[in-house]
Amino acid sequence: MKYLCLIYDEEKKVAAMSKSESDAFMGEYFAFTDAIRKSGHYIGGEALQPVQTATTVRLRNGKLSTTDGPFAETKEQLGGFYFIDARDLNDAIQVASRIPSARTGSVEVRPVVEFNQT
Amino acid sequence: MAGDVREAVDAVYRSDSRRVLATLIRLLGDFDLAEEALHDAFTAALERWPRDGLPANPRAWLVSTGRFKAIDGIRRRARFDASLTRVADRLDAAGDAPEQDDQEVEDDRLRLIFTCCHPALPPDAQVALTLREVCGLTTEEIAHAFLSTPPTVAQRIVRAKAKIRDARIPYQLPSRDDLPRRLDTVLHVIYLVFNEGYSASSGGTLTRRDLSGEAIRLGRLLIELLPEPEAIGLLGLMLLHESRRPARTSAEGELVLLVDQDRSLWNQEQIAEGVALVERALSSRRFGPYTLQAAIAAVHAEAPTAPATDWAQIVGLYDVLARADPSPVVALNRAAAVAMRDGPLAGLALIDAILARGELEDYHLAHSARADLCRRLGRTGEARSSYERALALAQQAPERRFLQRRLDELRS
Repeated sequence: MKYLCLIYDEEKKVAAMSKSESDAFMGEYFAFTDAIRKSGHYIGGEALQPVQTATTVRLRNGKLSTTDGPFAETKEQLGGFYFIDARDLNDAIQVASRIPSARTGSVEVRPVVEFNQT
Repeated sequence: MAGDVREAVDAVYRSDSRRVLATLIRLLGDFDLAEEALHDAFTAALERWPRDGLPANPRAWLVSTGRFKAIDGIRRRARFDASLTRVADRLDAAGDAPEQDDQEVEDDRLRLIFTCCHPALPPDAQVALTLREVCGLTTEEIAHAFLSTPPTVAQRIVRAKAKIRDARIPYQLPSRDDLPRRLDTVLHVIYLVFNEGYSASSGGTLTRRDLSGEAIRLGRLLIELLPEPEAIGLLGLMLLHESRRPARTSAEGELVLLVDQDRSLWNQEQIAEGVALVERALSSRRFGPYTLQAAIAAVHAEAPTAPATDWAQIVGLYDVLARADPSPVVALNRAAAVAMRDGPLAGLALIDAILARGELEDYHLAHSARADLCRRLGRTGEARSSYERALALAQQAPERRFLQRRLDELRS
């Protein structure tokens, strides 16, 4: 079963890290990604540019509106994701708990709808 | 004869329907399908047992019949939805479970408990699902116990089952690494059920005995299946609290505080069992907060009178508890025990420090505890304003009447 792990972190905290801290943090991410590639969980994953680069798009009554930033102001921002294949939710939770940002921010684990499923 | 069989079916339903359900959920991989299969199996039993006689192993018969009926039902529906054929084939291929040994049956019951109390489900859904599936309570009974409405409870259960299915919460025992954390959630659910029955969070009556009884039954089932020290400690704690029930309210339904209770009304059988459980949990040396709270309750239970209570030992146990599971409420209870050991002034200083930290500002028992100490110190004005604050925060009618009585006494 496929799960999307959405990684939320406080951008301010991450941005305020020293060079050595952020290198260590990235190192943990590389090691984690390697580990879940080896275990067969990994399907994909990316880190995202900060929220100030985001644009929100809406179409209402045929009229396009584009606005700066995300829809809602929150303390933690979506900073990246992993797309994983896991046996079940317990397996997915186990993987998500090893994402380095689980310690500093939070990880939302969402099962993917399988349309061919009955 | 037919009446006898009917009675026999009823008896099997009472003793074994939850076991059969727990196994059917594993075999069929779906709560709703398993519930339907359970119903069909008992309907079949009512038809066939009077004719063929009671099977040698009624439980295995029910599991096998329920499973067969479920697969048969899926095959019939597969005529309209070809993809269901695959589901039926898969279930068929998984094989029957003819001769389950007792350990497997017990494991299925534990699987059911751990799945209903999965931490990915919201707490109120954990409670509703556990009472529904593990205890076999109806939606109406659960709604009544929690002062809710049947549609609300039903919706909670439907959503929880949908999450189990869609997020694929597995029907499994937790891994060894996960067990302590997962057991915590189960114990929390049981204690929530108990407390809801012991001290209803709002409403006119102070106790709802049925719910406490259900929690104690769950606690007994859990330690039978998984005799972990904290599970033993929790059962001890519930029994020791329950033992005081007859003394907690007066004939007029008014609240009676622990120190004022008629101890001859305490249930000695429950106390003896509770104390034995506490000793068993303590001797494991792997105990935690539930066992420590139970140990405190045991010291109270064994004291002949309130003044003769071993307050020094109670303070000592609260010290350990405050280290194991620090919380403002534990600090408050410790302060009340210190007041009994060292006098009201010492307790008041501690309570004032807790309130100054702002942690229990909205907790009525903090203000009523403070009021009581002020009253004993003769500080009438302070006592009055603390009782008034407690009264403004209290929700339960008997507690409100108790606080009002204390206020009236101070005025006269």
